[in-house]
Amino acid sequence: MQTLTTEQIRKLIARGKMKDTVFQALGILCLGIALLVIFLLVSDMLMRGIDRLTLDFFTNFASRRAGQSGILSAWVGTILVMLVTAMAAVPLGVAAGIYLEEYAKSNWVTDIIEINITNLAAVPSIVYGLLALGIFVYAFGLGQSILSAGLTLALLILPIVIVSTREAIRAIPAMIREGSMAVGATRWQTCRYHIIPYAMPGILTGVIIGLARAIGETAPIITIGALTFIAFLPPVPFTTAADGVTAGMFDWVLSPFTVMPIQIFNWTSRPDPAFEVNAAAAGFVLMAMVLSMNAVAIYLRYKMRKNIKW
Amino acid sequence: MSSPNASDLHQVSDRLAKNAMRHFSERLIEMVLFAAATVSVLTTVGIVYVLVSESINFFHSVSIVDFLTDNQWTPLFDDAHYGIMVLISGTLVSSGVALLVAIPMGTIIAIYLSEFANPKVREIAKPVLELLGGIPTIVFGYFALLIVTPLLQTIFPQLPGFSLLSAGLVMGIMIVPYIASLSEDAMRAVPMSMREGSYAMGATKLYTAIHVVVPAAVSGLAASYILAISRAVGETMILAVAAGMQPNLTWNPMEPAATITSYIVQVALGDLPHGSIGYQTIFAAGLTLLLITLAFNIAGQWLRRRFREAY
Repeated sequence: MQTLTTEQIRKLIARGKMKDTVFQALGILCLGIALLVIFLLVSDMLMRGIDRLTLDFFTNFASRRAGQSGILSAWVGTILVMLVTAMAAVPLGVAAGIYLEEYAKSNWVTDIIEINITNLAAVPSIVYGLLALGIFVYAFGLGQSILSAGLTLALLILPIVIVSTREAIRAIPAMIREGSMAVGATRWQTCRYHIIPYAMPGILTGVIIGLARAIGETAPIITIGALTFIAFLPPVPFTTAADGVTAGMFDWVLSPFTVMPIQIFNWTSRPDPAFEVNAAAAGFVLMAMVLSMNAVAIYLRYKMRKNIKW
Repeated sequence: MSSPNASDLHQVSDRLAKNAMRHFSERLIEMVLFAAATVSVLTTVGIVYVLVSESINFFHSVSIVDFLTDNQWTPLFDDAHYGIMVLISGTLVSSGVALLVAIPMGTIIAIYLSEFANPKVREIAKPVLELLGGIPTIVFGYFALLIVTPLLQTIFPQLPGFSLLSAGLVMGIMIVPYIASLSEDAMRAVPMSMREGSYAMGATKLYTAIHVVVPAAVSGLAASYILAISRAVGETMILAVAAGMQPNLTWNPMEPAATITSYIVQVALGDLPHGSIGYQTIFAAGLTLLLITLAFNIAGQWLRRRFREAY
């Protein structure tokens, strides 16, 4: 057996420590690159787009002249699509999460649903667009409308909402359920008055993260064939348009629309560099929306971890 | 016990009626909740149905052999060719570039955060990474086209304005947070006693990380890589913006090329009539994309089972 002198061992230790330090530096470097990218992105968009970020930019429609173009139809469209998405994804996702955690028996049906949810998370978003093109746009005849887009994005973020609902519910200790049932509450009453309220912060976090994902999704919406040049707003309920037609309560859901990411894509893919400035400004607005939503979600989660002590 | 009189009976039947009602509404609610849970299954069924049925129509007019072996993709020209390999090459090259960036960077960040960083750094770094992962892909596309490409052109002057390289690099950066976050979770789940055993034998932190923690967490690492591959293969907007959209059978990342996803976007931007062969091509392309993702996922599951370490 080989014996080492003290000197050699010291050298070995020094070399090992050296490697540790080098690796740490490497780790910090990689983290730094990630940080740098965020910083570069935000600052570049702000620098390029700052001149366009005036009130007019938010109140003008897109135009052939770069200098007069605005994002009115885009941000209104984004908000309306998100409204539809949230209305569809939140009840469905929360109900599915409650079913899987509180009701489902462990049998093959449950297994299929669970495996399916995991696999859906890996399906590329553009495939959802193709699904929507075939089913919502043509089979259901909803056309290239806010409703089609909202439902498509709802299906896309459904796994996120379901998973976060389940995680939030799973964190509630069994004694809460036992206590509720011991005083005679039914399963649904237990869910309604205990499980859902206690899981609410976790569910909310998941919903916000899901919507932040949906707000930036471009591919599925392009795939359903949403127009890229829209210089009007969806009809406001109960108002009369110039042609004398009074809009119904839900006419806006079937209206053509555009959204922020599509507007950015449109401006980015034009050869005229004047539109790059618009793309930068709109990109900055979109980034601000997404990052602030994410920040709220992260903050909520942080608060939750601090406050809840069962 | 007194004999039951009329009002008692009334009370009992009221109770029973209430119970039955309660039971009924409980069942109803359970059914509603179950219906919500099946929506995800219906989504999958819908995806498979739409892709397969439109692809069957497509393969009535184009033979599968041509589809797989032709080396041109010109479905919208008069002289139409349908060689999907053209699009697959673009997808594989850009994903390859992305993974060459994302896997090493993501793994290094994960090891650093899980084994080296103090808790404070971790508390800050993880949310920041999440923010990076939350940036819309269209914004990354803008970044690739207007910032990364000009930057790369100062190093490689012959690089064209659209290239798989710059799109792939940015895609890699986009995927880093997914790998870092999932891998870090996997490594943190490795029991402390295993590290302590290694330290007790005199191993350094790095040696422990590479020879003890990583092998123990390998199935979690594999899962994160599979997710990364799915993301890269399915990524659309970065490629549509920064890689150009002309079909190009190439394995050279310095060239522009269309991918499966950017082709779908290109067709959707135009105005193809429902039911035409051009319309059907995007479903055939979508089916190919789904099958590629599926193949990687199955391979990944198999690898995970093969190399799982139980402790």
